[in-house]
Amino acid sequence: MTDFARRHPIWAAVTAILAAILIWMIFALWPSWLVDLIGKKKVFLNALFNGITLGGLYFLVASGFTLIFGLMRNVNLAHGSLYLLGGYVGYEFAELTGYWLLAFPAAFIVVALFGILLQLGVFRRMEGQDLRQTLVTIGISIIMADLMLWGWGGDFYNISAPSWLSGPLETILVTTQKRSGDLVYLKYPLVRVVIFLAAVTIGVGMWLLLNRTKIGMLIRAGVDDRDMLSATGARIQLVFLGVFAFGAGLAGIAGVVGGTFQSVAPGEDIRFLLASLVVVIVGGMGSIPGAALGALLIGLAEQFGSVYMPTYAVVLTFLIMVGVLAFRPQGLMGRS
Amino acid sequence: MSVFDPAETGLAAASDGRSWLERIPVAYWVVGLVLLIMPAIAGDFMLFQIFGWTFILGLIALGLMFLGGYGGMVSLAQMSIAGVGGYMVAIFGVSAIDTISLGWPWYVAIPIALVIAMLFGTLTGWLAVRTEGIYTIMITLAIAAAFFYFARQNYVVFNGFSGFNGVLPPMLFGVDWRGPAAFYYLTLFWAALGYLVVLYISRAPFGLALQGVRDNPRRMSALGYNVTAHRVAAYTFAALLAAIGGILLTWQSAQISPGTAGIGPAIDILVIAVIGGMRHPVGPFIGAFIYVILKTYAIDALVTLGLSGERFQLLIGVAFLSIVFWSPDGIIGLWDRLREDRKRDPLTGRGGEGP
Repeated sequence: MTDFARRHPIWAAVTAILAAILIWMIFALWPSWLVDLIGKKKVFLNALFNGITLGGLYFLVASGFTLIFGLMRNVNLAHGSLYLLGGYVGYEFAELTGYWLLAFPAAFIVVALFGILLQLGVFRRMEGQDLRQTLVTIGISIIMADLMLWGWGGDFYNISAPSWLSGPLETILVTTQKRSGDLVYLKYPLVRVVIFLAAVTIGVGMWLLLNRTKIGMLIRAGVDDRDMLSATGARIQLVFLGVFAFGAGLAGIAGVVGGTFQSVAPGEDIRFLLASLVVVIVGGMGSIPGAALGALLIGLAEQFGSVYMPTYAVVLTFLIMVGVLAFRPQGLMGRS
Repeated sequence: MSVFDPAETGLAAASDGRSWLERIPVAYWVVGLVLLIMPAIAGDFMLFQIFGWTFILGLIALGLMFLGGYGGMVSLAQMSIAGVGGYMVAIFGVSAIDTISLGWPWYVAIPIALVIAMLFGTLTGWLAVRTEGIYTIMITLAIAAAFFYFARQNYVVFNGFSGFNGVLPPMLFGVDWRGPAAFYYLTLFWAALGYLVVLYISRAPFGLALQGVRDNPRRMSALGYNVTAHRVAAYTFAALLAAIGGILLTWQSAQISPGTAGIGPAIDILVIAVIGGMRHPVGPFIGAFIYVILKTYAIDALVTLGLSGERFQLLIGVAFLSIVFWSPDGIIGLWDRLREDRKRDPLTGRGGEGP
């Protein structure tokens, strides 16, 4: 942190000022001119929190994508289909057992097993042929999309959260002051907060796994130079298999989360594939912190965009991507 | 234009004193003749829907084949560029949405449409060449998606979800160019021209330099070639092909909407190019023919087999997957391998080359 400030004093100052403004906007009671300028504080806060929680969901999807890419150089364009599969499996499981929480391990295991099948049956056979692998994943995603449409039809499914999670959460943030002088506090759906915290936990866990354990060391070494790693006697195929299964399983979990937040339906696979593509391009390919930063940025851009410039909300995210590409092609956190 | 001269397009093996007419391979005569007399054989539906569509999709995929086969860059934005071409013709030319369409005559609207589509393609290329290999697919896919969403949301210029209808080709020389035979010849002409130009460029200095860039960018850069400029120029040329295809596509269905340039169609173009093969410009047309036949008749075939006709995507996906799995060079690759096998000496296992 101090290093960054010393090297880029101006950028550090700008960041600090922006952060201060943001903190003020979150905690302070808005004066009337600000309300006139950009609308109610409640709308702003909701967009902010929705953006952050959506970022958490995007992070879950994109981190698996970026992990697989970083290690195996395999752009898995079927990642969106894995997400959708996770959503459907989670829905079926939650309906069957009645326990929302059980949907998560179920989706993780089923989709991870599917990922293992993919890695063993498809990707191992064409190792090192990036383009061919990518094309194969396109084929797989076309087939999976149609099979899932066959199986579940075109309806929207919603995975309902249990009752102890469904209420709103009273926060300490003041949105406005009533004429009588009472302060109005922001209410926010509890389930979103919980899911966001879970995403953060998974993110931190992944970081710890990658940076503090022996398996993580193997994976990081594989990202840097997988030929050298296999030459040292590490069983790289096993590492590949594990990472692919884990990344796919994360996509499955994200499917359940997405099904709770929004809904599971055909077409969501492409939406989340694109979201993770953009997140990973913005954040830097193969970097977990990059995926977190990118997911946060894209989630915020989407939510603020849909509130303050509704027609072009989707385009805004792509503009961010183009901007990053034009000035920092390797992504914000990527290594050139 | 010298483009039409097959001696220069390199159709012949070597200049051996025969006139350029004699040096055209027999296959070209046969295929050319069959295609020319097709209106006498085939019905209106075949001409307009099957062949017209084949030539159009083939032309758009030809741009992708040029980029992928000679430039080593796989772009998923081809369909978006085609979409831009179609949209611009609708916006500057005549359409049923006269509140937006400017109604300019075709000889103004079409060049403007081509130029704008090429600019869009160049910009896409300029962004995409900053990355390499698989990254290019991701970025062009994202650009294609951005264009789709933008066109769907923008009502001022792109007329949002419904797009433009009533976009018709001009009544030139008193011919209704949407008539089956006329449209067939129109698309055949542009497809053949595109094919020959790509063949010509592949042997011209620019095409050779591009193939050099594909094989070893660092060496080409050391030789003094501007690698980035060659790549971006390849995108521009591919955009021209796509724009022509896009305008024809718009005329064929008489409408253009965001769905025309959606993510599905963008991937379909890649499927077409890969199924046909990316090594020779004839590949995209073969791929497009297979795709169109599948898309038109698969539903009937599936219904006869007792399956639901909606499983068309499954069929396409399986076909695509098996082609990519077993023959990375598409149908052309299969054909080449078959020929190699037949030439091989059964005893020594050698051969393939030679007389």
